[in-house]
This record gives sequence, C-alpha cells and structure tokens, in this order.
Amino acid sequence: MSSATETMKKEKPAGKETAKAPQGRVKPQTSISGSVAVMEALIAEGVTDFFGYPGGAIMPIYDALYDYMDTLNHILVRHEQGGIHAAQGYARTSGKVGVVFATSGPGATNLVTGLADAQIDSTPLVCITGQVFAHLLGTDAFQETDVINITTPVTKWNFQVTEASEIPTALAKAFYIAKTGRPGPVLIDITKNAQVQKFDYKGYTPCNHVRSYRPKPIVRKEYIQAAAELINKAEKPFVLLGQGVILGKAEKEFKTFIEKAGIPAAWTVLGLSALETDHPLNVGMLGMHGNYGPNVLTNECDVLIAVGMRFDDRVTGRLDKYAKQAKVIHLDIDPAEIDKNVQTTVPVWGDCKETLPMLTALVEKKEHPEWLNKFRKMQVEEEDVVITDELHPKGEIMSMGEVLNILNELTKGDAVIVTDVGQHQMVSCRYAKFNKTRSNVTSGGLGTMGFALPAAIGAKFGAKDRQVVAIIGDGGFQMTLQELGTIMQFDVNVKIIILNNQFLGMVRQWQQLFHDKRYSFVNITSPDFVMVAKGYGIAGKSISKREDLKSALQEMLNHKGSYLLEVMVGKENNVFPMVPQGCGVAEIRLK
Amino acid sequence: MCFAVVGGIKIKISNQVIKAMKHEFTITVYTENHIGLLNRIAIIFSRRKINIESLNTSPSEVEGIHRFTIVINEVEDVVKKLVRQIEKQVEVLKAYYNSNDEIVWQELALYKVSTDKVITDVKVERLLRQYGARAVVIRKDYTVFETSGHREEIDKLTEVLGPLGLIEFVRSARVAIINASNGFYEKLKEFEEEKPGDEIVENEFLDKQDEVFSM
Ligand SMILES: Cc1ncc(C[n+]2csc(CCOP(=O)(O)OP(=O)(O)O)c2C)c(N)n1
Ligand SMILES: [Mg+2]
Repeated sequence: MSSATETMKKEKPAGKETAKAPQGRVKPQTSISGSVAVMEALIAEGVTDFFGYPGGAIMPIYDALYDYMDTLNHILVRHEQGGIHAAQGYARTSGKVGVVFATSGPGATNLVTGLADAQIDSTPLVCITGQVFAHLLGTDAFQETDVINITTPVTKWNFQVTEASEIPTALAKAFYIAKTGRPGPVLIDITKNAQVQKFDYKGYTPCNHVRSYRPKPIVRKEYIQAAAELINKAEKPFVLLGQGVILGKAEKEFKTFIEKAGIPAAWTVLGLSALETDHPLNVGMLGMHGNYGPNVLTNECDVLIAVGMRFDDRVTGRLDKYAKQAKVIHLDIDPAEIDKNVQTTVPVWGDCKETLPMLTALVEKKEHPEWLNKFRKMQVEEEDVVITDELHPKGEIMSMGEVLNILNELTKGDAVIVTDVGQHQMVSCRYAKFNKTRSNVTSGGLGTMGFALPAAIGAKFGAKDRQVVAIIGDGGFQMTLQELGTIMQFDVNVKIIILNNQFLGMVRQWQQLFHDKRYSFVNITSPDFVMVAKGYGIAGKSISKREDLKSALQEMLNHKGSYLLEVMVGKENNVFPMVPQGCGVAEIRLK
Repeated sequence: MCFAVVGGIKIKISNQVIKAMKHEFTITVYTENHIGLLNRIAIIFSRRKINIESLNTSPSEVEGIHRFTIVINEVEDVVKKLVRQIEKQVEVLKAYYNSNDEIVWQELALYKVSTDKVITDVKVERLLRQYGARAVVIRKDYTVFETSGHREEIDKLTEVLGPLGLIEFVRSARVAIINASNGFYEKLKEFEEEKPGDEIVENEFLDKQDEVFSM
C-alpha cells in the first residue's frame, strides 16, 4: 500500500466508515471527476494488475491513472485483443476479476474476440471502454461505434455510462455480476463527458445484490437425495469434471466426494488441473481428443455425474449416441445448462461448493475396483497404440508428445501451462501433468488462435510466483506475436515453446483424414522465430534434434526472464485418439 | 392422447408427436425497465433463427417492472430452453411460457376505409358490424375502424375488406393474461428480499421416482 493511502487511513474518522471495501485516496464528500472515480473503484475492488491501451475517448481515464501508478499496475499491451486475453489469463490463474481498458471504436471492437472467448468459457472480466461525448452518440462521430450493441451477445452484462455520478454504482455492479453466479465478462462503456465531469463523491460501496439477478438458487434437498440414491445404487458410476469446480473453488469438496463414493472421474479441457493428474481416480480427459477409456465407457456407465460442465459437442460427439444407457445427474449453477444438450435424470441446480458436500454426506463409502479397472485396461490399450509412440517416438523426428513428456519431467507438474489452439493444444491437454488447480489456461469453448501468448502474460501476473509456460503452434503464434513487445517492456517472465510443425496442423489433420489429403492453405511459412524474439530482446533457441531437447528445455526453465524455444516437430503427425465429427463417443478412433 | 382431423379423417396422435410439433407459444417476461434489454432478448431468438411473430412491451401490474409478451411458433422443448436463456439475462426477473389455452389474449387492429364506400356499400357496413368493429375517426374522405380479438378474426376481416376498398391496415402485437397467474407482486418481494430463487428445475423423471430410482 502506498504511503498516500496510509495517510488517508489515519485521517479517517474512527468508526464512521460504513463501506466494507478499502477506499482509495479520495475522501467521500469531495468533488471528483468520473475518471478518478474509476480509479477509486478499481482500488476498492482490490484490482492490482490490469491491462489496456489508450486512445482519444479514454484519455481522461488514462490521465487519472497517471496519479495512481504507484497503486495500480497498468500493463500496456500491443493490441486490445492481447489486453483482453491477458486479462483472461490473469483471471484464470488468480481467481480474481480480470480488468482491461480500451478506447472507443477500433479499441473496443478489438476486444470482441476476447469477450466471446470469456463469455463461452465463463471468465470473470470487467472491460472499460471509452466512448465519444454523449451528445455525439449516434452521429457517426470520430471513433464512434455502437459498442453496447456489438458486445451484447458476448457479455454477461453491459452498460453505458453517460453521467460521472453513475460510475461508482455501475462499476460496483459490474464487478459483482462478473464474479458471482456463473462468471462472465462485463463491459462498461463510459462517454468522455462522464469521464471529465465532476461530481460529489459519496465513497465506494461494493454491490452485493441486484434485484433482477439471482447468482445462485436455493439448493433443493430432495434432488440431492434423489442423486445420492442413484449414486448409491450405481455399479458403474462415472464423474465428469468441468471448470465449474474451479470457478466454484470447490476442488477440495470435489475430491472428498469422489474419494468417498469411489467414483472414477474424467475432466473436460477446462476442468484440467482441478484434480491432480496422478490421483488414482483420475482417468483422464473427455472429448474429441480425450482418452480412450473415458470416451468409450461414457456409453457403458450406469450413472453419469456431471459437475460444472456443459456437455459441449466436442465432449459429447453425436448426442443421440451419447450415454443413452445412463441416468444423468447434472450439478450446475446455471439453470439454462440443465437439459440443454443432455436430458438430466436428476438436476442438482446450485453452487457445487454447496451441493458437493451435501451429496458427499449422503453417499455411501464405496469402491468400484472392477469398474475402475476397466478404465485402466483401456488406458493400457491406448498406451500401446498411441501414447508410447507419441511420448517415445522411434523415428528421428520429434513429436509434440515427447516435448510435453520431458517438460513434465523438468517441471514435475508444478508449472502453469498456457496453450493456444490446434494440435499442440490437444497434445498439451492430453499429456501435461498438473499437481495444482488453476494450472491450465486455454481457450476451450471458442478455440481462439492467438490466445496463448497474451494469456500467458496475464497468467504470470495472476500467479507471480509460479513458472508459466506457453505452448503455441507456429500458426497461432503469428496471430498475436506483437505481445512480445509487452513481455519485453514489462519484463514478464514467461517461457514460450513453439511446437513448429510447419503447418496449420489441426486443419491439416482434418484435411488428411476427411478431405482426401487435399491440403488447402494449411501450409504456413514462418519467420525465424528466434530472430523475432531477439528483436524484442528475448532470449531463444531453435532445436530439431532429440538430443538437444532436454537441455534446451532445462535452459529455458532456468533462464532468468522470458525465453522462446522453438522445437521442430513432425510435419504430418496426427493427434489420436479422435472422435470424428458426427460420431458417437464410443466410436473413438485410436489411429 | 389427442386427435386431429386430417382430410376429413380423425386420427390419433400420441403426446410424443404433439411435443415434437410446432405450436404457438406466448412468452411473458418480467424485467427491469432498462435500455438495451429489448435487444438482449431479441437476439436470443434471432441467434437461433427463430422468428418472433409478435412482440409487445408494456408496464406490468407492478410499478417499475416491465412486461414483454412474445409470440413464437416452436416446439415446446425449444421454447423451454429459450425461456431459460431469457431468464438468465441479468435484468430479467422471470420468464414464463404458455400455450394458447392457458392464456386470455387479444390483438388490436385499425382499418382505414373510404367513407364513401362505407356509406354506399352496405356490404362494408354489414361486415364491420358483424366483426364488432368500432369507428374511431370519421372524416369526409375516410373512416378508421378498430377491432380487437384473436388473430384469425382480424385476419378474416382484413381479407374480406381488402377488395372493398381497404386503404390502410395495421395490427398490434398480442397482449396476454396468464389464466393461472396471481400477478407478480409476491414474486417481486422474493427478489427484493434478496432471497435466492427456489424455483424447481422442472424434470419429467422426478415425478416417476419409482421407475427411475429402482435400478
Ligand atoms: C482465430 C482462429 N482462426 C482459425 C482457427 C481454425 N484453426 C483451428 S486449429 C488451426 C491450426 C492451428 O495451427 P498452429 O497454430 O500451427 O497449431 P497446430 O495445430 O499446428 O499445432 C486453425 C487454423 C481458429 N481456431 N482460430
Ligand atoms: Mg502448426
């Protein structure tokens, strides 16, 4: 805390303070500008690090920030998309709300991809955009766009502020809505006149209730009972672990539940790291490139217990061939998710932090050794056909899997793994080892190429004492590589691994398997990545031989500060297993 | 079980088939009165390429609470999911859906007819009387009639008036009262008292406990 705030504290009349939040440096009852009110709100909400890019319509806010630089750490990105992905990465590792600033018009439209990503992956964000003067709204003024309407489908809530006095309440509401219930992105658009206008500041009161908004429902005991009954009678119960467990900070509750009921659990891509990889009941990953056992046995279990996941089509494959034999228990905080894709037998609508312990109390202590063994057997099969070759390839050419394998060996599973989108993402999700929750940052629902590099920057600020490793494809890296500039300027210690297969690999894989190998525009050329990094003052190396792999990874991890390692891998390797589009999960192909 | 008449033959239809058929549903939404909410609600339909047949916004029985009445043609399962998506919006308090037999509903129509025609053509006058139309404005050159009722009645009158010199026609959105509703006062109290919702997720299996829970 700065000395200015300290002094403020001393000056506060004792016992008169009602607001619970820490107040900034402005005393209530003083006249301040809307922009200063924004700063005060950020401090009161406990914001420390955030991201942004200035411009005409947000200049008063940046001007106010000038006086708050000692308390608020603003990171200047190179593109607003990078800013919002960084805020996402920050939210994912820290569990706090990510914050990003952007100017009107192009600044705001550059946020849209990140908003869509955060909306579909339930990431809590507060985005503040500048807007033209209120009297110019609708006149096609310079850098005016209808940001509210553009962002409506991709925000949990948005609001335009045209009066300075609305700022404290609007921001309090924004933070509250972003982080409660099913989290999501919120955008506040502030017209320039509201930023400069002065008003009588009443202090900042955090929001804890919005009349029309119910973040969570009352838990229905009878449903918990019905669920427990099903679980207790089940012979082949199976748990699906989704990001809801992480968002609900219910990792412990989850583990206690599966351990008592002895139920094998598989995670979705966004559920990764909510349970340690090595947990005896962790049977791997669901979905299109998930593990063999969890996919096949989805269609054999008798009770399917989905916790904080939404039956995305990449998880379910063809719905009419999905778990038809099973009774489905669905635990979710969002009532709109229940029965959306898969018809539920027992809906347990509520916050899993509350519902899981209630369920644990009612389930019998059990083990299902034979059932669990089935998963293990299929794992062995998968190892024989896919995994061993991927992790220890016989040929000269390196595979993505072996990079992950050595990385696991060196990090022991303690690193935060940030991935982009494509083959390298699926390989990383399949093979990266996790000991700790909030260690996996990836764009799941939207599959946004270009996500990883900026998200890794945010992830590092959200988990400053952890090693952050970004694993990126040669294609995706070229989508947001300008954020190397941010890494350079702010000395962000992230390690970047480019798994270079000289292709838009995932698309190439589909073209090979489903389009007769007609490689249409997947052959992408790359610059000398190490040289590019050098241009930004970032150390790096490129390797193409197995004998260099371990030492290069070690060098990267040991390096003080950021580092870029390019690993040349097989050009036409495929990710398997795979549930081809339009197939049921049990039709998963091992090769 | 239900019956339908197809080509003069009465046939049996199972409930399953009925469920899979598109019907007219009226969705009633209680909301805060906020700018932008209309768009938020409208895109829930357009995103899924569902046409809104009629949309009305008005104050409700409760001061400060707005009421949307939306009519669509869809299968019930889709309507149920749409309603949940609507209710998920931060500024929506509650959304309901009803089939036509669960509501009292009306639409209003205005017809502009040449006054000469009305005076000279007895047919026009008879028609207007038959449909219970009421003159709103009478001028030398034209007369505006108003009628209210169900869509079919209004459409019928429009159809017959058409060839008889209908100059202008407009029909309003549907407004509807839910038969089983006791109004929104009690529900609003729950919201204001910061109570979490105690709504039940409707579930077909929980009514059939014995079948489902014995395995
Ligand atoms: C913004 C964006 N554009 C296009 C795609 C479609 N897409 C998915 S994976 C992929 C290829 C990615 O190539 P690369 O980054 O080299 O990763 P690889 O699959 O080779 O590991 C593409 C083009 C996408 N997901 N996101
Ligand atoms: Mg590639």
